[in-house]
Amino acid sequence: MINKTLAELSSGLESGEFSSVELTKAYLDHIATEDKKYHSYITVTGDLALKQAKAADKRRSEGNADKLTGVPIAHKDIFCTQGIRTSCGSKMLDNFIAPYESTVTTKFNEAGAVTLGKTNLDEFAMGSSTESSFYGPTKNPWDLDRVPGGSSGGSAAAVAANLAPAATGTDTGGSIRQPAAFCGITGIKPTYGRVSRWGMIAYGSSLDQGGPMTRTAEDAALMLNVMAGFDPKDSTSVDREVPDFTAKLNEPLKGLRIGLPKEFFGAGLNPAIAEATLAAVKQFEAMGAVVKDISLPRTELSIPAYYIIAPAEASTNLSRYDGVKYGHRCTDPVDLFDMYTRTRAEGFGEEVKRRIMIGTYALSAGYYDAYYKKAQQLRRLIKDDFTKALSEVDVIMGPTTPSPAWKIGAMKNDPVAMYLEDIYTLSVNLAGLPGMSIPCGNVEGMPVGLQVIGNYFDESLLLNIGHQFQKETDWHAKKAV
Amino acid sequence: MSLERSEVESIAQLARLKIESADVESYAKSLNNILELVDQMQAVDTEGVEPLANPLDATQRLRADKVTEDNQREHFQKTAPLVEAGLYLVPKVIE
Repeated sequence: MINKTLAELSSGLESGEFSSVELTKAYLDHIATEDKKYHSYITVTGDLALKQAKAADKRRSEGNADKLTGVPIAHKDIFCTQGIRTSCGSKMLDNFIAPYESTVTTKFNEAGAVTLGKTNLDEFAMGSSTESSFYGPTKNPWDLDRVPGGSSGGSAAAVAANLAPAATGTDTGGSIRQPAAFCGITGIKPTYGRVSRWGMIAYGSSLDQGGPMTRTAEDAALMLNVMAGFDPKDSTSVDREVPDFTAKLNEPLKGLRIGLPKEFFGAGLNPAIAEATLAAVKQFEAMGAVVKDISLPRTELSIPAYYIIAPAEASTNLSRYDGVKYGHRCTDPVDLFDMYTRTRAEGFGEEVKRRIMIGTYALSAGYYDAYYKKAQQLRRLIKDDFTKALSEVDVIMGPTTPSPAWKIGAMKNDPVAMYLEDIYTLSVNLAGLPGMSIPCGNVEGMPVGLQVIGNYFDESLLLNIGHQFQKETDWHAKKAV
Repeated sequence: MSLERSEVESIAQLARLKIESADVESYAKSLNNILELVDQMQAVDTEGVEPLANPLDATQRLRADKVTEDNQREHFQKTAPLVEAGLYLVPKVIE
């Protein structure tokens, strides 16, 4: 049962092959015995899951089931879940029982999906390895000595290790796509504004976007059908019609125009990843696509622009953690200033403090124009490069990451080295475009991902491309365990 | 641009983060590494480029100024470290 895709599980429930309670129990049992190895979950919500599974079975017997009714999934521990600890991987929120439910998890609850638990992540989603979590790192199911990527590393590892058929993630600079690539699964970051950010703990508000992490593109379409949609509670949510993301999965790719940016194949790219990426592109050519060389000249500048904009937004977003209304508070503060500064020093980990400091500096008087404004100007130039490229091609393809998953601890003393690994994913968030990673090869025994970047609100095309590729290849079906 | 000890201390104060004196050096080092990385931005001419704050160039959507939520003070204060009589308690601010 637990080897099946979301689509297969949905049909199995529909045909009565198994019940949601049976399915949920199978996952909970598997998590109980296996997750010690991976540490993909921070919190397993067994009681809630069984209650939801019973309700789902009842709903199905009454003939009111949706596609995902009774299907168990996991949520990144960044989505507020009422009555359940929502830690965001931080000591600051270790004791935080969310008093309300995020829009994304509300939608899954309404669809009748079952919540298996909350998955591990880099603290406040700041990181590319899940090592900065207060609860300790998640291990990559393909090699326990390696990182699963991040920040949605727990979700990626859970799906790769059959500890959930699908999971939610969030992506601020690659946090869905990069762990999807590292763990051999499919992940899509939708267009900025497509999925509500309400109740999703904020990191970089103009970059953050929730999305699905699954075994297949078809499953991602099923998940996105639930997640996407206008939400008046999110002031940057986009009021635009949401298509059925499964509707175009089977369209042929004949005539599809693929752009290959030369900047995505330059120095720093592992040659075996370049090879795997180009082999995937060849596959698309064989399926009728046309390939064109393009240029995204400011690709390298996306790193400095991102590492100003994201920390600047983080420093303001995280100012709310002051020890007053919720979360950690230091003991015996002597005055208000002492309470704020000790609470925050104790509650935040190293990387979070580093980003708050950089962001505070970039926004401080006298430096705002040189850093924040400059980064936002570059952001426009980066967006303009994409707009120009996407007027000539339908999608852009390249590697998701320059290297396969690295060894746990390898980047520990060099945060800047880790920032450089985000080179191919950051610009997509800066521009607000949708981006997807699908498995396309194996390097050093580790899976690697093909990134497909589309035009605004064109998630259907990305999922169509992913599905067609997965019908012709079996990289997505290869298993870590 | 390179940060001095005193600048790191003043940034920490602005950010309301207590930093032990022994850790200031290592913060200065890692922040300077990041600033070195971001300084490559300065080589690009951005004269006349409009800053992009929202990737879709969207502006803030407004809503009618109407009460839409019930008062759930007790419910929300359950997560607070210290409350009394419906008020959040903090160290004394005014003598």
